Amino acid sequence: MKPYGYVRATSVEEATAAHAARPGARYLAGGTNLVDLMKHGVEEPGTLVDVSRLPLDTVEELPDGGLRVGATVRNSDLAAHPLVRERYPVLSQALLAGASGQLRNIATTGGNLLQRTRCPYFQDTAMPCNKREPGTGCGALEGVHRDHAVLGHSPHCVATHPSDMAVALAALDATVHLHGPDGERTVPVTGFHRSPGDHPERDTVIRPGELITSVVLPAATAGLPSAYRKARDRASYAFALASVAAVLDLADDGTVRGVGLAFGGLAHRPWRARLAETALLGATPTDRAIAHAVEAELGLAQPLRDNAFKVPLAHNLACRVLSELAADRP
Amino acid sequence: MHSTRARVPAAPAPALGAATERVEGRDKVTGTARYAGEHAHTPPDCAYAWPVPATVARGRVTGVDTSAALALPGTLAVLTPGTAPRLGEADDPTLAVLQDDAVPHRGWYVALAVAETLPDARAAARAVRVTYATEPHDVTLTEHHPDAYRPDLANGGQPAFRERGDIDAALAAAPVRVDVTYRIPPLHNHPMEPHAAFARWDGEGDGTHLTVYDSSQGADPVRKTLAALFRLPEDRVTVVSEHVGGGFGSKGTPRPHVVLAAMAARHTGRPVKLALPRGHLAAVVGHRAPTIQRVRLAAGRDGTLLGVGHEVTTHTSRVKEFVEQAGVPARVMYASPHGLTDHHVVPLDVPTPSWMRAPGEAPGMYALESAMDELAEALGMDPVELRVRNEPATEPDSGLPFSSRNLVACLREGARRFGWADRDPRPATRREGRWLTGTGVAAATYPVLVTPSTATATALHDGGYDIRVNATDIGTGARTVLAQIAADALGVAVGSVTIGIGSTRLPRAPLAGGSSGTASWGWAVHRACTHLAERLARHTGPLPAEGVTASADTTEEAGRTPPFARHAFGAHFAEVQVDTGTGEVRVRRLLGVYAAGRILNPRTARSQFIGGMVMGLGMALTEHSTADPAFGDFAERDLASYHVPSNADVPEVDAHWVDEDDPHLNPMGSKGIGEIGIVGTPAAIGNAVHHATGVRFRELPLTPDRVLPALR
Repeated sequence: MKPYGYVRATSVEEATAAHAARPGARYLAGGTNLVDLMKHGVEEPGTLVDVSRLPLDTVEELPDGGLRVGATVRNSDLAAHPLVRERYPVLSQALLAGASGQLRNIATTGGNLLQRTRCPYFQDTAMPCNKREPGTGCGALEGVHRDHAVLGHSPHCVATHPSDMAVALAALDATVHLHGPDGERTVPVTGFHRSPGDHPERDTVIRPGELITSVVLPAATAGLPSAYRKARDRASYAFALASVAAVLDLADDGTVRGVGLAFGGLAHRPWRARLAETALLGATPTDRAIAHAVEAELGLAQPLRDNAFKVPLAHNLACRVLSELAADRP
Repeated sequence: MHSTRARVPAAPAPALGAATERVEGRDKVTGTARYAGEHAHTPPDCAYAWPVPATVARGRVTGVDTSAALALPGTLAVLTPGTAPRLGEADDPTLAVLQDDAVPHRGWYVALAVAETLPDARAAARAVRVTYATEPHDVTLTEHHPDAYRPDLANGGQPAFRERGDIDAALAAAPVRVDVTYRIPPLHNHPMEPHAAFARWDGEGDGTHLTVYDSSQGADPVRKTLAALFRLPEDRVTVVSEHVGGGFGSKGTPRPHVVLAAMAARHTGRPVKLALPRGHLAAVVGHRAPTIQRVRLAAGRDGTLLGVGHEVTTHTSRVKEFVEQAGVPARVMYASPHGLTDHHVVPLDVPTPSWMRAPGEAPGMYALESAMDELAEALGMDPVELRVRNEPATEPDSGLPFSSRNLVACLREGARRFGWADRDPRPATRREGRWLTGTGVAAATYPVLVTPSTATATALHDGGYDIRVNATDIGTGARTVLAQIAADALGVAVGSVTIGIGSTRLPRAPLAGGSSGTASWGWAVHRACTHLAERLARHTGPLPAEGVTASADTTEEAGRTPPFARHAFGAHFAEVQVDTGTGEVRVRRLLGVYAAGRILNPRTARSQFIGGMVMGLGMALTEHSTADPAFGDFAERDLASYHVPSNADVPEVDAHWVDEDDPHLNPMGSKGIGEIGIVGTPAAIGNAVHHATGVRFRELPLTPDRVLPALR
């Protein structure tokens, strides 16, 4: 591991100032992904700015009924929080479907959003990877890619985003709050992660030096029926082959008043299924209507040589979750 | 004296058959048990080594630029194929590390960095610049690969080809036939403790002594190898393997890390520690070779087998021939007048395969026992009854009588415990919501192996007994069962016995492998203790200060080939559920019933059985390594991507055994139990998946990418 400096920040301002003052600085929170990547030589920060002790470790109820989740709230604490379980069950379920108990106990909300792909070519510095080293090519395209993207990928990168939590946040229309050299700004989770395009080295729209301070769960989706489902190779501690987060708001007449549907494990970002949502809005969510809507979205899929199974898998998961939410209506 | 000793807690006599707790259990759970990479004798001047793997799949090294690595702070040396010490002749060519510029597979070591600290060594290794002349590579095993050839012998010294009668004619004439092909991917052992070694050289000239702490299944074979490679008499090499965090065969032979550690220590004049990172294991410590297995069964309408054919194609590396003997169990299992078992192997640009728990039997019985299930279905016959119907009077291939064979008892007892009688044989009929449920059965077998060993037993002045044998406890409970064997042979309480294992300073003994450790070491311990008891019976007066010692060498009796076919048998039963929307398969129940001679310690035996079954669950459902066609290495190189079962995957797992009194084994009457648990489990699970879904899958593992498309 390359030698690096270490700064422990005690305030958000101190953290961003320390970052700005040190070239090659990276923020360190739980470290569950960053430290691994440092061991592999994928990340070689000049300085670690430790933000794990910043006073961002609380879940705060907002006057409108939403929640502000501090960036350093641990995944396990967030999953167990009574208000999260009550108002945003999809988020609690997604968190508990991710990683292992040990990892959830140390991983943070902000860090979870910023974790890097687990593509084996990205994690191995001896392999070509446009995300790690732009211009070297994509090893997964012709290599081993069963776990890779079927939606929104580019010839430069077919990696998937590994987070479960982010998929739930996308479906919930959560927002990411950032503090940076140019002040504060807010980005919707659905716009936070990028598609790879010509620049797979950029996972997100975060700007140099910006620090995630919180994630806000909006009042608009609080208390709505929601659920997360994940398919994986083993029952625990495995990334999603495909996953679905869904939030369903039905009108009194049983038609869809609002819906948030997002896929995980299929794309470089949590994939908000806007086509499916559009097809469902105003409709009665029969199994047939749901299937048509989901098909509309997954019609965009362009599977690779060895991962076509992800399309029917995601289809079945989405139909199941939406049907169950529609049937559970009080 | 670094030999390992543990005071054994008191247990009521007789010791054998009692569920004695693991004697080193407390040391392990409290963290005081020391493994090779963390042993208590790390000197302050210890240096650290980190190997550099090749980044091409085939070719040769044309240059190694060490300047950047040597310029880093802390770097002591970088060994390269051009500068590394020349080694003596190795029996195992995978140990000829840094001896020439050939790159036979990706991950082969091409340099070694040695530095003051572990991070320094890793940084130095990363800074080494290697250039290659590359050649096109091929890592893909296919059924009719042009380079396939039939070797003389498969693993275990088994003939590759055996034929009785005429299988083709039997098939042509048979009213019921099965002719199917099964595929198993490469698999990796991945013990919890990655391979690690510490090496130190003392003295000069004729006084030179090499001391190594190694994570190995057998310290004596490591000593023999190091002595040959470094041209030393064996008595000037000491190897200690005190505690070993699993091996599953991958530590059964000396591995490159221990050679590199000794080389680096020699070169730098410093003690050196080398702990392999998990990411290197896939390429340098062996794997279970993939197999493509064609099974042909010919049967009468009553289920009587008329012919059994089992033809195996597998791969090996270009460094060394290793042939997974998957066709061998078909020579043992079922009566049939016509039989053919055959092996072909394809040398590819892949790492060298080796032993992984039940080599031969685990993959071979997956195919054979899946085919038996297909035959039962074709016959409309219960799969338990089909197996009972074909129970042989003598070993089919050799004609030898069995020393004992209680497969039928295992099947019957398993069926009773599992509730098999209530099973509706129709597939795809048990649906609860999104889940389809099914049950399956498969038989298991594993040979009885034994190797000569030596041991000593000493009656101490203080009334205790000291037993010494260079056995290895790889997590099995070897220390514990050897203490029990000694206590009974001496007629004393197990609490008065101390046991020293895991060092070449102790009496020579074979490795922990082939489920033969307890039989091999235990036989020598039993003999030494019997001799000691006789001597003590004649002894009058107080013991001398040095105590009274008896030794044993079982070369003659354990080396004898008995006129019997000796095997353990078992029956595995599984209940699974298959999610019809996702193709996820989850096991709900696993049961194993074994006939394995006398069970010496029910507690540790049960651990061995259920551990094997969990590993079989992984083989069936989650584990696979993918030879990357584009880059040539295995894509899964950490425990996040190589999926061994997690706790959530392991449901109700139960192991039982039937009593077996076999006088043709060893003084304890035991058969090996370390491997048979994995053997029948994958087929039992696969057969249950067929029963659940009605779909016959013939390729492992049963992951959603394979299962879901077949369900639609």
